[in-house]
Amino acid sequence: MSDTVTSPAGAGAGVQYSPAADFWKRLKKNKLAMVSLAFLLLLVFLALFAGMVAPYDPYEGNMPMSLKGPSADHLLGTDELGRDILSRIIYGTQISLRVGIIAVSIALMAGMFFGSVAGYYGGRIDNLIMRFMDIMLAFPSLLLAIAFMMVLGKGIENAIIAIAIVSVPEYARIVRGSVLSVKENEYVQAARTIGCNDGQIIFRHILPNVMAPLIVRSTLGISAAILETAALGFLGLGVQPPYAEWGTMLGSGRGYLFNAPHLVTFPGIAITLTVMAFNLFGDGLRDALDPRLRR
Amino acid sequence: MLRYVAQRLLLLIPVLFGVSLFVFLVLHLFTADPAAMMLGQHATAEQVEALRKQLGLNDPIYMQFWRFLTDMLQGDFGRSLMTRAPVMEEILNRLPATIELALASIIIASAVGITVGVISAVKQYSIFDYLSMIGALAGVSMPIFWLGLMLIILFSVTLGWLPVSGRTDIGLDPATITNFYIIDSLLTRDWDALVAALRHLALPAIALASYSTAIIARMTRSTMLEVIRQDYIRTARAKGLGERIVVYRHALRNALIPVVTVIGLQMGQLLGGAVLTETVFSWPGIGSLLINAIMAGDYPLVQGSVIIIATTYVVVNLVVDVLYSYLDPRIHYS
Repeated sequence: MSDTVTSPAGAGAGVQYSPAADFWKRLKKNKLAMVSLAFLLLLVFLALFAGMVAPYDPYEGNMPMSLKGPSADHLLGTDELGRDILSRIIYGTQISLRVGIIAVSIALMAGMFFGSVAGYYGGRIDNLIMRFMDIMLAFPSLLLAIAFMMVLGKGIENAIIAIAIVSVPEYARIVRGSVLSVKENEYVQAARTIGCNDGQIIFRHILPNVMAPLIVRSTLGISAAILETAALGFLGLGVQPPYAEWGTMLGSGRGYLFNAPHLVTFPGIAITLTVMAFNLFGDGLRDALDPRLRR
Repeated sequence: MLRYVAQRLLLLIPVLFGVSLFVFLVLHLFTADPAAMMLGQHATAEQVEALRKQLGLNDPIYMQFWRFLTDMLQGDFGRSLMTRAPVMEEILNRLPATIELALASIIIASAVGITVGVISAVKQYSIFDYLSMIGALAGVSMPIFWLGLMLIILFSVTLGWLPVSGRTDIGLDPATITNFYIIDSLLTRDWDALVAALRHLALPAIALASYSTAIIARMTRSTMLEVIRQDYIRTARAKGLGERIVVYRHALRNALIPVVTVIGLQMGQLLGGAVLTETVFSWPGIGSLLINAIMAGDYPLVQGSVIIIATTYVVVNLVVDVLYSYLDPRIHYS
């Protein structure tokens, strides 16, 4: 019996694509986005298996070998303490990816909370939250992050917190705008009619529908967070030596511009390529998730 | 229009009040005791307590904020812990250097960005288009402080063409009237000083301009591409007008409206970037002042510079909004 009857959904399955498959098909066509994705996966691999991939210990100095240019033994040369720069850059992927991803996740969650509460309840709560966000947006974001670092103190955890805090307003604004446009839809009213409480409506019915712009924004947000981490490290306010953070490496290599320019050359290339990959992948996601936004 | 400007100016008051309150609270609630910091580590508990009383640090926080606010409105941000000079004086001494750098950068960014954007759009899919869009992608992905270091390595260390740091040559003592070195040297017709100022300005301005140049080039390209496909451009071509006139007179004028907004927004962004550029090139502006103040724990100076930078940022963004509605009469604000 069940062999002969096919459901309408089953009948269409061969022809129609699910939204996810449709999205993947569009993304696959974007060559730049796919190359970026491959590069990002490589970075994740390097971060996870840094201990096996890196040719040397990133923290072990070797003074006789200090400030040597690229050679067969040390492909990218050595730094002022004789540490292998390639190994330090490989270990640096751990820090940059970690800060980028954790900071953006925190900012995203806080932004989703404040944005949806502001958009859903409106009125006074909305005013209070959004005016506070406006005040945070009145600062150039790097400046605000620097101010928070002064207050919180140096270090990687504090850099994550500072970068997360300064990115909250942007996510809150996106979520609020989307919630405002979604909340009057019939399916939200239907959910209310069948007795869902506010929490259920926000999390089950509204937020899933505003995810697309958020995912795109978060991908681009990671690249901004990586740049900000590097800037804080470079200024001496972020991740502290001896940690192999790319910006921190640039900061300490600055003193050797004249005799060992390779100290600042390679970490900068690592930052640029990583940020570029997140940017291109974010653009690809945007085009694939929402073809109407295509430029 | 006038009503809109007035409205926006009025709205500035609560925002700046909020900014001051925010900076004040963050710095006061979470930093170490300023009295102890001012006296150094050898001070006794009594001395610290006496200074706390004298500075009014034992008063309730709202009274301290009120005092801070009323002082601030009279241009008094207190004294720097490092130099003991009034914070406002320190800031005003440094501000011209930052403005000079930011203006030079925005001029470079607009000139290069618009030119590249127009050529890319007119010659879409050409080699030039591909190369410049790759360049623009690199421009938004590169840390500007790293580009600064690379420029130093290339132009100062390797080629020896341009100086590494500072605003003018050591030993050269230019007249300071406005503290804008380029204007000052023009006013006094001191050509050596002018050349020195321009040579020192070149690398930091290029480094700071990189991100904005990329954004402006992308924006110009995409709006030009949109405009070129419009009917009135086809009409202009059909009338037999030369390509040059079509592109510059008809297309560019309309394409520039959104570009102007982007340029304005970039002015604000430059203030954040200036902190990094000034550190790389030891440029004596407000950005490097702020970083030094943070390193020294000089909180009145940090407080003052952060508020001044944020205020400038807000005002620049306001001016851009107003200019935008002026340039594009289709836009109405209510």
